[in-house]
Amino acid sequence: MTSATLAGLVGAALVGLGLYGLVANPQPLRKILAFNLMGSGVFLVFGIVARKAAAAGLQADPVPQAMVITGIVVAFAASALAVALVLRLFEDAGQVTLNPEARTKLPDDGADAG
Amino acid sequence: MSLVLDLFGIVAIGAGVFFFLAGTVGLLRFPDALSRLHALTKADNLGLGLVVLGLLPRGDSLLAALKLVAVWALVQLAGATAAQLVGRAVRRKGSAA
Amino acid sequence: MSVLQALDIGLAFLIVAVAAWTIFARGAFAATVGYVVYGLLLSLVWIRLFAVDVALTEAAIGSGVTGILLIGAAARLRGGETAGDEKSLSGAARLLTAGLCILVALALAGVVLLLPDQGPSLAPQSMQNLAETGLGNPVTAVLIAYRSFDTMLEKVVLVLAVVGVWSLAADRYWGGAPGEARAERPEPTLAFLAQVLAPIGILVGVHIFWVGADEPGGAFQGGAILAAMWMIVMMARLTEAPQTNAFWLRLTLVAGPVVFLTAGVAGAIFAGGFFAYPPGFAKPIILFIETFMVLSIAVTLPMLVAGPPRREPRQ
Repeated sequence: MTSATLAGLVGAALVGLGLYGLVANPQPLRKILAFNLMGSGVFLVFGIVARKAAAAGLQADPVPQAMVITGIVVAFAASALAVALVLRLFEDAGQVTLNPEARTKLPDDGADAG
Repeated sequence: MSLVLDLFGIVAIGAGVFFFLAGTVGLLRFPDALSRLHALTKADNLGLGLVVLGLLPRGDSLLAALKLVAVWALVQLAGATAAQLVGRAVRRKGSAA
Repeated sequence: MSVLQALDIGLAFLIVAVAAWTIFARGAFAATVGYVVYGLLLSLVWIRLFAVDVALTEAAIGSGVTGILLIGAAARLRGGETAGDEKSLSGAARLLTAGLCILVALALAGVVLLLPDQGPSLAPQSMQNLAETGLGNPVTAVLIAYRSFDTMLEKVVLVLAVVGVWSLAADRYWGGAPGEARAERPEPTLAFLAQVLAPIGILVGVHIFWVGADEPGGAFQGGAILAAMWMIVMMARLTEAPQTNAFWLRLTLVAGPVVFLTAGVAGAIFAGGFFAYPPGFAKPIILFIETFMVLSIAVTLPMLVAGPPRREPRQ
């Protein structure tokens, strides 16, 4: 069991954990966390593909590495937008929930939102 | 000579690891936030310092050794600031912070 | 079992344990702290996979900047977690979800175990043409030379994310500055950290960007460190967050992708192909593009973390 295979298995476990957290946890912030976990698990699977493609004196294929770097930055941008949405929802509704039947906590029903 | 250096490295790194272990045990077992903070800063301070000391003879060049010491100094800075902030927050809001 | 194997196995168990804690922890704040720890451990795994550039990016952006974002959000949402209105999954649904997720994980694990030992690789081609680009780091060459179109689009994605975040402001706040509307004195402890760390951090960030042409490093990692230095100076209240309608801010945000796109179009005119570099001039052009990329990233990441404007713009 090389370190690359172990890392790939860890990536698979992280995808499973992240998926469970995304579906089972009702709070949006926890969903964002689980989504990030899933993303980094997928990147680890990329990592094992890169390591197994070692050739020409390089220890790992550079193309999947570049894709993972791009992926990490884009995942951060998506998380930032998602967090901004959650915080805006919190400002307007006084609570953060994806439950469509939850009553808003503000007395004016968010009519103040610009 | 290299045997002496290796032995020195093993002893120093072992002592550093012991401090990290002690710090972790303190984090898990001490009763309140301030004493846990005390344990953690000892791990940062002494533990990392001893590990860096043990790694110094194994560096490739003087520059690598200086970089290791610089890493230790930066960790000191960050750790001290974090400890101050956590301590102040604990004192203001009680241990439930 | 060798020491390295023991390290790998220990690290693997630790990462899965910390990730499980992040999913199953009680409070959002604890889960977020667990995520930051998880990110740092993940960088160690990337080093064991011999992908040092990725390890740097994961530590800086994946764990560092994302951690700041999530911890800030968790702290602000502390009062808003209502247990009553949340419809948690029932026990049976949870079991079904867990079963399906285990199935997905096992399928992926099967794919990982069935990968051939020596897969198809683009490494030989990357190394062959490395000398022409003038770079020594093949990952940087892939990012800025071989697949530069992807990287430019990634910069555009960052700009779109900033536009998306800013558009969440109330109408009357458009153009204002993000952050709370109080005039704060500099926080003394953080001010000390910022004053000592920021010069060192700027130096380290520029060094990592510059050295990324030949050794592990690069524009994203260097830019993330510069972004962190600006963020810590803003957190210490030594400087105000800029107004979002400031001309210099908007110019710096788009400078990266615009310079990149201009270089690509100029390549179509002067070097015979969209995003082609003229031979012999590749490295100066690459460094020129990367400089603007670093500035863009250093300005974009703090703006994404700061969030939408929450104050009226001063004219």
